[in-house]
Amino acid sequence: MNLINTFFNIPVFLNSLPQLLWGLVVTIQIGITSILCGLVGGLFLAVARLYAPSAFTLLIRVYIDIFRSIPLLVLLIVVYYALPFVGIRLSPFLSAVTALSLVSAAYTAEIFRAGIEAVPHGQFEASAALGLSNRNTMVDIILPQAIRIVIPPLTNNCINVMKDTALASVVAMPDLLKQATQAQALNANPTPLIGAALIYIALLWPMVAVVTRLERHFNRGKR
Amino acid sequence: MEKTTSPLISIRGLTKAYGTFTVLHGIDLDVAEGEVVCVIGPSGSGKSTLIRCINHLEAFQPDSSITVDGIRVAPGPALAKVRAEVGMVFQSFNLFPHMTVLRNVMIAPIRVRKTPEADAERKARELLARVGISEQAEKFPGQLSGGQQQRVAIARALAMEPRVLLFDEPTSALDPEMVGEVLDVMRKLAGTGVTMVIVTHEMGFARQVADRVIFMDGGRLVESGKPSDIFDNPKEARTRGFLRAVLNH
Ligand SMILES: Nc1ncnc2c1ncn2[C@@H]1O[C@H](COP(=O)(O)OP(=O)(O)O)[C@@H](O)[C@H]1O
Ligand SMILES: [Mg+2]
Repeated sequence: MNLINTFFNIPVFLNSLPQLLWGLVVTIQIGITSILCGLVGGLFLAVARLYAPSAFTLLIRVYIDIFRSIPLLVLLIVVYYALPFVGIRLSPFLSAVTALSLVSAAYTAEIFRAGIEAVPHGQFEASAALGLSNRNTMVDIILPQAIRIVIPPLTNNCINVMKDTALASVVAMPDLLKQATQAQALNANPTPLIGAALIYIALLWPMVAVVTRLERHFNRGKR
Repeated sequence: MEKTTSPLISIRGLTKAYGTFTVLHGIDLDVAEGEVVCVIGPSGSGKSTLIRCINHLEAFQPDSSITVDGIRVAPGPALAKVRAEVGMVFQSFNLFPHMTVLRNVMIAPIRVRKTPEADAERKARELLARVGISEQAEKFPGQLSGGQQQRVAIARALAMEPRVLLFDEPTSALDPEMVGEVLDVMRKLAGTGVTMVIVTHEMGFARQVADRVIFMDGGRLVESGKPSDIFDNPKEARTRGFLRAVLNH
């Protein structure tokens, strides 16, 4: 009884629910913005890596490796607390989106590269022999075939980005986790934290299930 | 068929190396408009490399020169023009698996020649009828037999109305019972006056269809002549050896 009153206190939960839902909205905003920026950036990097002059390709490779190595929390703190010293002052929202997008773009670029490389070389040759431009080759021939391969890892990456939005709470972003910790302090009861955890699970479980199904589906499609 | 006008394909001193390994040693070759040339020779002799240089799927040494219809084959904007004029059929078909057969044939004219969809579709259906697979137009390549896929690949190349068609062992990946249907299509094509350069191991076909047969060995053009000369009276010992090996096989 005591345990339930402590961790699953219904009045406290209902009391903090509006606050948690506002936090959820912020979390989703950060997540979706970062996912979209990461997708666009990653696709650009992957295609540029194929066609750009070798100096650029090297730069892109360095970018990808750096942003896959740096801990996201460190990057976020650098963006929010260090950049102001050189005059770049980003809001908590922009800091979070910038850090998440930079990292997501690096992972997404690797995912797209793997997808493009999995398309048989003969497809590039047939496109070239027909006189298709690089752009048409990518858009009409290669990417539609790569997309099957990249959808499960891309969805996985989306899940990771959504999870990592919780780090935004350290730069005072009123996201789901931040709202929950504030409500906990206000009510002197941890129920809001449990509530937030459940909301994260409710948000991400369907995506996890989708990935599992997609992976099974695409593996069955393989000969 | 030999004409006195300037050749459609002109290859001069074509040299190609992978690192220190030279694959083509200064090949000279002219192909006249409307000519059907069959390239024969042992595996690894550079036949594929030779025809893949013509549309610059392979880069070659810069002091070599290839021109197609007067256009120099080299990286740059003119290359798109050359490739639009030169169709290619691969040993492994290389159809686009995510598009229907019809779409496979339509896509290049639409994108490269800016042909309107409706015209491209009419043309594509015509070509599919010509290679005998109209009923398969709405299917995907994976649903077709090898022979049918290769005939689609020929239709896809023809859709660009190329001046030249290059074939790289178009029947080598096929089950034996499907070789005939593809050779039949190619035989009909040869009769329409389109210029063809065909790498093949089908000696009967080469003898029957070629205006000229070229024998390659070790990255060199060893002997070239009318089919009857090459097959019945080869001058070079290496040609004789090769023919003896394949014909007695
Ligand atoms: N990408 C490559 N790298 C190195 N060597 C190659 C490559 N492609 C072909 N070769 C070599 O070039 C030679 C000619 O190959 P190819 O033109 O395919 O011969 P063919 O078509 O007559 O069988 C062969 O010895 C082959 O091993
Ligand atoms: Mg070959």
